[in-house]
Amino acid sequence: MSKPQLKSAAAPASTQPPEPKATVSAAELGARQREISVSEFFTKNRHLLGFDNPRKALLTCVKEAVDNALDACEEAGILPEVAVRVEVASNGDSPPPASQANRFRITVVDYGPGIVRQQIPRIFAKLLYGSKFHRLRMSRGQQGIGISAAGMYAQLTTGKPVQIISRTSARAPAHYFEVQIDTKKNEPRIFENKKIDWESHRGTQVTLEIEGRYQKGRASVDEYLEQVAIANPHVKLVYHTPEGETKEYPRTIHELPPQPREIKPHPYGIEFGMLLKMLHDTRSHSLSGFLSSDFSRVSSKVAQEICKGAKISPHTRPRNIHGETAETLYKTIQSTKIMAPPSNCISPIGEKAILHGLYKQIKGDFYTAVTRPPAVYRGNPFIIEAGLAYGKGPEEAADKPERPKMPLAEGEQQEDDNELANVIRYANRVPLLYQQSACATFKAALDTSWRNYGVSQSRGALPAGPMVIFVHMASVWVPFTSESKEAIADYDEIRKEIKLALQECGRRLGVFLRRREHAKSEFRRRNIFELYIEEVVEACSRLKGGKLAKEKLKNQLQKIAKKRTGGAKTDEALGSRDGPEGLPHSIIVTAEGTEGEAPDMPEVAPSEEVPGDEKESAPPAGQKTRVDSKTKDKTATPRRQPKPHGRKKAVLRPAKARKRAKPGKS
Amino acid sequence: MARKKAKKNGAVEKKLVGVADTVISAAERSKDPTLSIPVRSLANVTFDEKRGMIEMGRRKQARSFFNVGMAKKFMQTVLVADALAELQRADLTTSLREIYYRTKHTIRNSHENTFDGQNESDPLIEDLEVTLAALREELHVRAENSGTVVGPLVLVDDGDRVDCTRLGKGGYSVPSIVEPEYIQITKCTADFVLLVEKGTQWNRLSEDKFWRRYNCILLTGNGQPPRGVRRLARRLHEEKGLPVYVLVDNDPWGYYIYSVVKQGSINLAFESQRMAIPKAKFIGFSSADPDRYGLPRNVGIKLNDKDINRAKELLKYRWFQKKQWQDEIKRMLSSGLKYELDALANKNFQYLTKTYLPRKLKEKDWLD
Repeated sequence: MSKPQLKSAAAPASTQPPEPKATVSAAELGARQREISVSEFFTKNRHLLGFDNPRKALLTCVKEAVDNALDACEEAGILPEVAVRVEVASNGDSPPPASQANRFRITVVDYGPGIVRQQIPRIFAKLLYGSKFHRLRMSRGQQGIGISAAGMYAQLTTGKPVQIISRTSARAPAHYFEVQIDTKKNEPRIFENKKIDWESHRGTQVTLEIEGRYQKGRASVDEYLEQVAIANPHVKLVYHTPEGETKEYPRTIHELPPQPREIKPHPYGIEFGMLLKMLHDTRSHSLSGFLSSDFSRVSSKVAQEICKGAKISPHTRPRNIHGETAETLYKTIQSTKIMAPPSNCISPIGEKAILHGLYKQIKGDFYTAVTRPPAVYRGNPFIIEAGLAYGKGPEEAADKPERPKMPLAEGEQQEDDNELANVIRYANRVPLLYQQSACATFKAALDTSWRNYGVSQSRGALPAGPMVIFVHMASVWVPFTSESKEAIADYDEIRKEIKLALQECGRRLGVFLRRREHAKSEFRRRNIFELYIEEVVEACSRLKGGKLAKEKLKNQLQKIAKKRTGGAKTDEALGSRDGPEGLPHSIIVTAEGTEGEAPDMPEVAPSEEVPGDEKESAPPAGQKTRVDSKTKDKTATPRRQPKPHGRKKAVLRPAKARKRAKPGKS
Repeated sequence: MARKKAKKNGAVEKKLVGVADTVISAAERSKDPTLSIPVRSLANVTFDEKRGMIEMGRRKQARSFFNVGMAKKFMQTVLVADALAELQRADLTTSLREIYYRTKHTIRNSHENTFDGQNESDPLIEDLEVTLAALREELHVRAENSGTVVGPLVLVDDGDRVDCTRLGKGGYSVPSIVEPEYIQITKCTADFVLLVEKGTQWNRLSEDKFWRRYNCILLTGNGQPPRGVRRLARRLHEEKGLPVYVLVDNDPWGYYIYSVVKQGSINLAFESQRMAIPKAKFIGFSSADPDRYGLPRNVGIKLNDKDINRAKELLKYRWFQKKQWQDEIKRMLSSGLKYELDALANKNFQYLTKTYLPRKLKEKDWLD
């Protein structure tokens, strides 16, 4: 085959390297070139979507289904209730134990709005199909890849289609589908489609059978659901583990978070190519009209200003702007002063809800939460929220001194547990479990000088201590570092906001720790004297050969001790007088009780109760007050065995609630 | 003699009971019980030029019970006083370590120990020594026997006659308490006392029977000489009129050992009057000796930072202000080297016994 000779006249032949012998012609090459469907691409690159290994794949499938269910419920204005069931799938023989199984069936049920029949196949069996990509509005899902990718993974590993049951109202029938993706065309293939009887009046159920591994601990399905419960106290979650346990996470907030609004892009947030596309696609006939109608925060006045700045007539047809003119326009837009985008498109979890979530799931002495005012990165508004749970909880602390029954020998020390803090990260209420160290939240937590707040921290490490650090980023577009949505990209603006939020949490923690330390040191002072008085009196008595009025000396010394340690004032300090005064949005837990905005945790043994929840999903207005929700809690969503303080929680680990409920899904 | 001892004990015991009285009388008046303890530091010692010894100043520190920082120490001090009084009554002597064990227990209703280590109780004993102006021997606390003596000397120890000429090369182990009540010097025909820093050099001299040839008493304390050794040297010096020569390594620590023998130590300055030998002489190893005795430079050791700092501190001590001493120390600093006595073996194994010391004694080559 000869090389094209078009320009070879100019190039001296002698300088050309010897030509390799070509064996394939351009035409042949051309014949091999063809379109790659997204599905095919992701089949080969499934690690990009979070299916790198069987353990992670199990988590990703659960995660995608749960995220979809929650988004659907919230968008429809229904208080979400989700049941997750993960079970070992067996091929006829008796199923292996969960820890050894490699095949699982995941069923997620919600009692949400349901899906209309026509859309079911495409939602579950077409990649990049969904409602969330094209709008700027905060939601868990973003691209419309997740659930269909999970379905594709199932198809790839077990060959089983995705099974869906959905019903939109009590009057409508329930539809049962079995679908798979045609990976070549990225189109759904329907295996089964029929009307069935379904016990739920409304909602969606998805069943996937996949290859996976179930292993507890870090980044497990269990951890994921526990963290979902922390950040979403308005969700009622029931989880049936592969080991046959049922964990229930009750609802502690009985109102939906405010609906986020959809917004138009902010001019600062778009790239040049995007601007060109928008210019081409707009329905406006003039540049100024385009600017003010297709962007947020661009008034007609600002639009005029931009046009003037770019020296382009405001009446120019947007389609006619390209090349250099467009570039000038883009630069002018970036240098014009424009208001920050509106923040009603994002709905933060809220300080109270974070507090409740942490308090419910994590055992501690101190909780606090901070919601930052909205900020902007690349034209996208976002809100950072942070929370802290600190300590081991009073029961744990009370249990502890019982341990060293023996006096310590020389060289023996009371061991200090030097565990590091645990960072739990969220983006739009979704827990992030992988790639912690790549995440802006983690970096900000490292960056914060926790030592200023009385927490020890070695260089370049997380602070040490029994502490959980909660960070949430809510935004219309969370900048993830990869498609599998595992870490938030490290924008300066984002990192700065996280740091500010953490610093505020730290400050409050510092106040709490100092107060507690003060009371403790007063207590210790008194204690020291009390202890040593005995010793001194005994020794004096022996020195005096036993001829000493011991009681008298002891009383005299104790009187002095009391006077010296502040007498009654200290008594008060030792009591629970140091409430969360001056500590907004905080909860302090002591052995005596709880102070602050703590939700009341039911202490009564639960009565098994599912139907009540149905009513709960649409609570009457009055029930939104806190008092009501408390009483509601007590009757409807009991979660623990009665205990001295009614708080049965794992230490710094989300709680294990036991209850049964039925599976379902939307 | 037994009666005499009992009387003495009575006085010390009374002093110890005084600690309890301090507590009782303060409590009576609703005052914070406080012990005032002389400060044991360089800042609180003075050097008496005329008497040639270090003396303790008048600065005192208060140790109060009702002070969070001091409460535990106060309690511990009372406990130690109690244990010491017990010793007095039972007429026993004991070691620092045993005092620690005797006073250690768990405080009632807690998991706290009265003492967590011997390093907490040792300084309290010294505190009580200085506070009550009672010597350690009087408190019946002994150290380990870590000194050895050999030479023309006859002692009586617990009624046993000890002839230090007939103890082979091992010699007699000097007990930590050598007060006349316990040890009597019955015969001493020596001409001088040679106090050697290191056991190895002492062994060399003992093996070579140096003491027989030069009619001296060989004494070593294995490093910083313990009280028993210092006190014995002092008694030989005082009671028998023997001059005392000190042979140490050529390094700042050697100089300091010499100064402790001569003027007393900073920590126990109050005992100087019973321990110090102001007329003791420094016979070696001097920083001038390598030159004088033709020792090659390569047997020296480079001074490290700690050595240099210590030497600079010594230069400032009031008892090292004599010109010859300033020269001596500065010579070491400028050479940048220190020498061990052992380095003399570079010449030959018996250089110390056969050449070095004989020449030193002949030339009267020592520092005062």
